[in-house]
Amino acid sequence: MAEKRIIVVGGGLSGLMATMKAAEKGVKVDLFSLCPVKRSHSVCAQGGINAALDTKGDNDSTWEHFDDTIYGGDFLANQTPVKEMCDKAPGLIYTMDRMGVMFSRTPEGLLDLRLFGGVKYPRTAFAGATTGQQLLYACDEQVRKWEDAGMVKKYEEWEFLSAVIDDDGVCRGIVAQDLATMEISTFAADAVLLATGGAGMIYGRSTNSIINTGSAAGAVYQQGVSYANGEFVQIHPTAMPGDDKNRLMSESARGEGGRVWTYKDGKPWYFLEEWYPAYGNLVPRDIAARAIFKVCVEMGLGIDGENKVYLDLSHKDSDFLNIRLGGIMEIYEKFHGDDPRKVPMKIFPSVHYFMGGIHVDYKHQTAVPGLFASGECDYMYHGANRLGANSLLSALYSGTVSGPAIVEYINGLDKSAKEVDKKHFEQELKRQQEWNDKIIKMDGSENPYKLHQEMGDIMTENVTVVRYNDKLQQTDEKLQELQERWHNINIQDASAWGNQGLMFTKQLWNMMQLARVITIGALNRDESRGAHYKPDFPNRNDDEWMKTTKAKYTPDGPVFEYEEIDNQWIKPRPRKYDVDKGASKNE
Amino acid sequence: MSREFIHLKVKRQDTAETSAYWEEFKIPYKPNMNVVSVLMELRKNPVNVEGRKTNPVVWECNCLEEVCGACSMRINGMPRQACSALIDKIEKSPIVLEPLHKFPVIRDLKVDRQVMFDYLRKITGWVNIDGSWELGRGPRFPEKDRQWAYQLSRCMTCGCCLESCPNYSERSPFIGPQAINQVRLFNAHPIGQMDREKRLDAIMGVGGITDCGNAQNCARACPKEIPLTVSIADLNKDTTLYGMKRWLYK
Ligand SMILES: Cc1cc2nc3c(=O)[nH]c(=O)nc-3n(C[C@H](O)[C@H](O)[C@H](O)COP(=O)(O)OP(=O)(O)OC[C@H]3O[C@@H](n4cnc5c(N)ncnc54)[C@H](O)[C@@H]3O)c2cc1C
Ligand code: SF4
Ligand code: SF4
Ligand code: FES
Repeated sequence: MAEKRIIVVGGGLSGLMATMKAAEKGVKVDLFSLCPVKRSHSVCAQGGINAALDTKGDNDSTWEHFDDTIYGGDFLANQTPVKEMCDKAPGLIYTMDRMGVMFSRTPEGLLDLRLFGGVKYPRTAFAGATTGQQLLYACDEQVRKWEDAGMVKKYEEWEFLSAVIDDDGVCRGIVAQDLATMEISTFAADAVLLATGGAGMIYGRSTNSIINTGSAAGAVYQQGVSYANGEFVQIHPTAMPGDDKNRLMSESARGEGGRVWTYKDGKPWYFLEEWYPAYGNLVPRDIAARAIFKVCVEMGLGIDGENKVYLDLSHKDSDFLNIRLGGIMEIYEKFHGDDPRKVPMKIFPSVHYFMGGIHVDYKHQTAVPGLFASGECDYMYHGANRLGANSLLSALYSGTVSGPAIVEYINGLDKSAKEVDKKHFEQELKRQQEWNDKIIKMDGSENPYKLHQEMGDIMTENVTVVRYNDKLQQTDEKLQELQERWHNINIQDASAWGNQGLMFTKQLWNMMQLARVITIGALNRDESRGAHYKPDFPNRNDDEWMKTTKAKYTPDGPVFEYEEIDNQWIKPRPRKYDVDKGASKNE
Repeated sequence: MSREFIHLKVKRQDTAETSAYWEEFKIPYKPNMNVVSVLMELRKNPVNVEGRKTNPVVWECNCLEEVCGACSMRINGMPRQACSALIDKIEKSPIVLEPLHKFPVIRDLKVDRQVMFDYLRKITGWVNIDGSWELGRGPRFPEKDRQWAYQLSRCMTCGCCLESCPNYSERSPFIGPQAINQVRLFNAHPIGQMDREKRLDAIMGVGGITDCGNAQNCARACPKEIPLTVSIADLNKDTTLYGMKRWLYK
């Protein structure tokens, strides 16, 4: 067999980790990314990464981490992969430490830990308040070493358009477009990994980088890959609302002592502490977001009558804040103007993270052999709600699974991508070329960015914290109308060089497909679980809905199947945060 | 300052080969805008001051919170991040946007900064671990050292320092303050320092640290306030000592 070669699309934490793992095993990697990988969205992560290092004398354990994650996820995640992730987390953090991540330290030079939401012990390793940046840089550096050794070839500023799938239904490569020359090309590979991250842009404004469109996931969804648990979208309780994006104020602010409050009867009211005495300000995100929503929208008690409450760190020492939370202090000060060391920050919930994603098996392979997915674009580790600081972990950990799994897969292949009939590549190239030619000629009357704004607005209005079936129904109708209007876009810029509008118009189409998956998925699920909350169905309904949602594409819209969940380790129990979660037994 | 419109003057260039030209725009003012959000408004209605439809301006940005380094450009002549350039704090009008001068233009405000990543390869910009498998706990590291090393490690490869350095240009061989600072970072790490000499070698000789004229512009331009001149001074010491040693034990 010829030289082994794989493609990794995405140079965030997950893609870089998988690349490293494959290169270590002697497999060459072509690495694709929209931007230089060092600028991937993972840099935005602030607060930290979870692992039961148990260095604080708390008797923390990987089992406790596992139980918190399953309980926090409201018993929707398949348990076995979550268990493995929590078991491996300490070793993984130590590896990152060896790579040179500037983790904050204890007085004796060991990794320090801080408290995060939904847990009782400090379990979060961190590098100031720019943990994602520091982790990503370490991975970027290791991959640069492999690049230097000739094992990795980067295609930065290239956009993945679609997978090449042959008549046997096996993935043999990709079609991608150069974002400068606009040239569309095919690339053969023995296997392809998508590590393309989240999809905040579907909601217009979120805490995500604005390259997080989910377009790649939307593309393979339209090629027949199922999208799982789309309706589970995390709303982060504490962000600074903005016109261009909502800037996150990390959960670590509360982990380090931040308190959430507003005025009631002229006095500060610490509503989280009052409602959830056992966890206080550190209830999980879905709970905190709903509480803030209730205070502002239902009770009308937001600050100055606006949809905002205070996140207050002003009682903490400035030096302490600079060392532990410097990154977010700067962001607030720079973008808001006020000094959060002196006055409370004003915050409101924002779309933040996608628990759902591309459906994969425990080895991160999709139903299309040879096509893998890992990182935020998969659906594996967080169930119905993600605990803070668990997704840097899942992004990295999933890369340590997908990378080696791909190597194992290609070792079992009987023919290499180079021996595959050329026609499959030509067909897919032609399809993409025609799509491109159609879009570049669109001279209707709609502006793609305005259409995007309309989509984001209605999604944010109806498919976030509180969901009602009639509103979801209306949203789906609106989404269909927007899809119609997409065909009437005016492309504005017809040039064949560095054309961002053309690429955005393509992404918008794919976002629109996933928006329907999210909306109809939410409409169907008549219960409340984790981030999915319907006042008309306020309880979790395990008999009917303790199932993974799987959406399959058809030209007439998504069709849904539901899959049983692997619950072999922890028996489902009701999830409450006003009292201690209680313990599950490790048998 | 109250304004109805934001007046933008943008230096544009359609391709890497064609020549540059200026175009002006007026975008309705809203409070709390930044240069990125103004450019985003513009693409919803790409019309110039003469009322003519034009191509939306091309620029780079990802994070919008000054941590990815993508959106560097010259704003009123100063290299800085567009996402954190708040309109309410810019008094001058029109606001002049230009691509960074010291990197090849791809289109409009978007430039090619690949050279910065190439220099990271040149200086062995990684901790050379044996592999990513589990080997137990990493080395202990004093928190006080971690605090200054962390400052260095926040470099987001934005290029503002190179843009403002009088000794750096597309044609000069000078490696620039960004890469030199990274040498200091990797040499501070308990495992990283095992390749210390290799990195010092990389910044000695032509294009190396002695090409720095100590103009200090770089540290002033760095949006992450990285003490670049301290790094340069520190490595000047290290390279001198190492150079002597290398000479003595040749
Ligand atoms: C503000 C913020 C703070 C956060 N803080 C934390 C935290 O403290 N702790 C925590 O655990 N998690 C946190 N998260 C979540 C976490 O950062 C992400 O889930 C994680 O970084 C995702 O990593 P990834 O590798 O899956 O994807 P990403 O880092 O998003 O990388 C995606 C990659 O795919 C590439 N790509 C995408 N589409 C294409 C395409 N079509 N063609 C080519 N390339 C493509 C991109 O260029 C990029 O390289 C935070 C998230 C946000 C938004
Ligand atoms: S101190 Fe050196 S590197 Fe910095 S701007 Fe001056 S000459 Fe350039
Ligand atoms: S040192 Fe500062 S200015 Fe230079 S590239 Fe890094 S962050 Fe930018
Ligand atoms: S967009 Fe990332 S630094 Fe400005």
